Amino acid sequence: MTHAVPIAPPRRLVELEIDGQKVKTREGSTLLETLRAHGQDQPTLCHIENLTPVNVCRVCVVEVEGARTLVPSCSRKAEPGMKVKTDSERVRHSRKLVFELLASSVDLSLVDARTRGFMAKYGVDPERFGPRAQPAAANQRDAAKPGHHHHPQPGLAATVAQPVKVDNDLYVRDYSRCILCYKCVEACGEDAQNTFAIAVAGRGFDARISTEANVPLTDSACVYCGNCIGVCPTGALMFKSEHDLRARGEWHESRQTVTRTVCPYCGVGCNLELHVQDNRIVKATSPLDHDVTRGHLCIKGRFGWEHVQPAARPARETDSTEKEPQP
Amino acid sequence: MDLHFTSDEPTADEREAVDALLGPPESSWRGGARDPHADTRHVDGGRAVRELRHLLLPALHALQGRRGWISPGGLNYVSARLGVPPADTYGVASFYGMFSTTERPPTVVHVCDDVACAPRGAEALCAELERRCGPAGSSQDGRATWQRSPCLGLCERGPAAFVQQAGAGREDQSLAPASADALEAVLRGREVPERPGTGSVPQAGSPELRLLTRVDVADPASLDDYRAHGGYRALRRALQVGPAEVLRELHDSKLAGRGGAAFPAGVKWKAVAEAPARPHYLICNADESEPGTFKDRVLMEQDPFAVVEAMTIAGYAVGAERGFLYVRGEYPEATRRLAHAIGQARQRGFLGANVLERDFSFEIEIRRGAGAYICGEETALMESIEGKRGEPRNKPPFPVHVGLFGKPTAINNVETLVNVLEVIAHGGDAFAGRGTAASTGTKLFCLSGCIEKPGVYEVHFGATLGELIALGGGVRDGRPLQAVLLGGAAGVFVGPAELDMPLTLEGARERGATLGSGVVLVFDDHVDLKPILARIAAFFRDESCGQCVPCRVGTVRQEEALARLLAGGADEARERALLAELEQVMKDASICGLGQTASGAIQSAIRRLGMFGGRA
Repeated sequence: MTHAVPIAPPRRLVELEIDGQKVKTREGSTLLETLRAHGQDQPTLCHIENLTPVNVCRVCVVEVEGARTLVPSCSRKAEPGMKVKTDSERVRHSRKLVFELLASSVDLSLVDARTRGFMAKYGVDPERFGPRAQPAAANQRDAAKPGHHHHPQPGLAATVAQPVKVDNDLYVRDYSRCILCYKCVEACGEDAQNTFAIAVAGRGFDARISTEANVPLTDSACVYCGNCIGVCPTGALMFKSEHDLRARGEWHESRQTVTRTVCPYCGVGCNLELHVQDNRIVKATSPLDHDVTRGHLCIKGRFGWEHVQPAARPARETDSTEKEPQP
Repeated sequence: MDLHFTSDEPTADEREAVDALLGPPESSWRGGARDPHADTRHVDGGRAVRELRHLLLPALHALQGRRGWISPGGLNYVSARLGVPPADTYGVASFYGMFSTTERPPTVVHVCDDVACAPRGAEALCAELERRCGPAGSSQDGRATWQRSPCLGLCERGPAAFVQQAGAGREDQSLAPASADALEAVLRGREVPERPGTGSVPQAGSPELRLLTRVDVADPASLDDYRAHGGYRALRRALQVGPAEVLRELHDSKLAGRGGAAFPAGVKWKAVAEAPARPHYLICNADESEPGTFKDRVLMEQDPFAVVEAMTIAGYAVGAERGFLYVRGEYPEATRRLAHAIGQARQRGFLGANVLERDFSFEIEIRRGAGAYICGEETALMESIEGKRGEPRNKPPFPVHVGLFGKPTAINNVETLVNVLEVIAHGGDAFAGRGTAASTGTKLFCLSGCIEKPGVYEVHFGATLGELIALGGGVRDGRPLQAVLLGGAAGVFVGPAELDMPLTLEGARERGATLGSGVVLVFDDHVDLKPILARIAAFFRDESCGQCVPCRVGTVRQEEALARLLAGGADEARERALLAELEQVMKDASICGLGQTASGAIQSAIRRLGMFGGRA
């Protein structure tokens, strides 16, 4: 959980070639780590430093001389003598197409500025696959059967669009925005929380993140740590507070400040980043680079801040069961 | 692990079906009855529980086979028994086509409408069935329904059907050729006898055969008959000469894998044998699902002991004591015959502790697939054995180093393994003397579609495509040849001008084609290839595991572009360019061979057959 204490022998350096330049990197580093260490950021969607790479999104692919296919830089280890190209015709084509395939089927409007920059760089045009098909009805995609064929709607591009799932007061699941990066599943499971409330279900284009038999989160094993929200790259998992503000058109990131503090609940010392808009906390995140949390929190740190702000509880005013004390 | 369950309880039936596989539950923590006294004095979890997960697919099969669907209560029970989170179990159950996570009738008839059955009347059969029994997915009495299915691997006897029959004592069965009368009878609850699958090898009995010598000659249920026809000679020789010599013979034979990738078997085995990590595992990949392929099924049904013997030799050579035989779920007869053969071999000392009284122990476990083409991919198959969704792993690391349960694993196709018997019995050099320098030995081809005598054919590498078709009696009814699909849905179409193509690995490669799994699917001039292409595009869309973006969305966009072309009126040049772009990203950036080959057949139809205005 903490940063590596340097007790292991120093790792050897391996030399490889990136875009014609000789570079050295520590043995065991991935190509992505090597590239970033040399100031060459690569697009990533399913990769995040605090989870095991699953290499499913394929936007970080690079060309390695001698390899038949492109390789995912997030998980492929640097090897001595490797010749890597990060901007060849093949690499640019695959990255462009992967972004286009995603953007034509998923709502990517909430991805970060860095990803938007890469999409612009590769000239992504998702509209060329045709107009989008109608969104699915609630739970329709969850009922899809593996191997059961849906004929394409004539002239329309299939999407994963569907209504937002709102089944609890803390966070919402908007699977129209889900690119199936597996991060939430990893964070819920082995890589962080060990709760295993969600998994990938179904197959192919019908694959989706689901609880068992698609039961509401409130019936599932979910412990509301919100670590899935913390790793979601597309806003598919979102604080209900943020979702509601966005729905009312009152979400203004330009008016928000982020304050780093320590969670007041227990003695672990998790760091919190409180996102404040108009003097109200609107969500809490945790810094990826912090020794204790590595971006992960529990339900208290993630959601338990309502008590520090002035009550906005209209329900209380209309609560007829609460009686004034009798004189 | 602290698992959370919904309140759904299993039925007595479901408990019984799962307990028949796993034995009674040890405690309430594992799904048993509550006992406040014992439950609080019970240590549970850790490695002992984690190591049960590989039983997940067999347990789900038990539920599916008993009730015809996997209910929330049954799912909870299996999860509790094996210590798997219910969400994970649901993710696995909803991955496989033979499992249903919603209630459905106990009898489900799967009617093949894929590329090999199409020219044999599959559409007419589906139409007739719809007329008599209602549309696919409907049920008249709630007890039976039918649905369309991808290739069932019964192509030589098409049109084919596979019947899932749930209930105590009921077993799945294949029906081929399937008539509307027979299928209607099944749907109305009557028993229809499964016909024995002989006649699949028109060359049966010919002295020139090497791999198919015992087909229709020896009794597949008799170990004695197997031995009387040369069986277990290779294992005796292997045990005599030792593993190093077996590896050397295999190396000398230059035997290339027959599953489609043509990787040298000797190199693979040597790497596993030398891998320092222990234990080593052996897997026989019998999840034959490439549309148009049925050779492995015929080998398993007609010569099951050969598969068992070859696996034993492989285990001996690579240092494995445990072998898994992963059989396609839609192959009930092959599964039964293999299970029988394994039982016989164990009883007679050819399997188990001290095989043939040597210091070598070997066990074979059969694992039944559950309806997922992707599980034929070697790493997806390993995930499936481990009780997970059949999602391919990124390579490297390769299975020879990090394979099943993270250990060094040799995985070979059925046909490859059966070739090993030939290599060991007659020597690697003798084997390498047949065929061509780069493609040694003989090869099984699956002739189907518009061919006079469909079936599995064995020829020396080097025969041409035209010679093979002539061996099969030529195009049905003497009609002109329109095209041949070589290598299955993941292969390529070739035209009549390419009948001189030598059917060798290098010969096909030179022409930009592939032998793949040995599919030679013949289309005469009457067949409309457009729906065939649509079926191939639909196949890949349905069978993509969904893990990586290029394949998950690329196969959808490919099908849509093709649909626009088929509907007519589309800008053909624009759609062809779009399809070519999709091909490039799927080939370059997909994790596994499914995505990498998902465009091959469609592109070949455009480039080699000139469809949609394309032309080489």
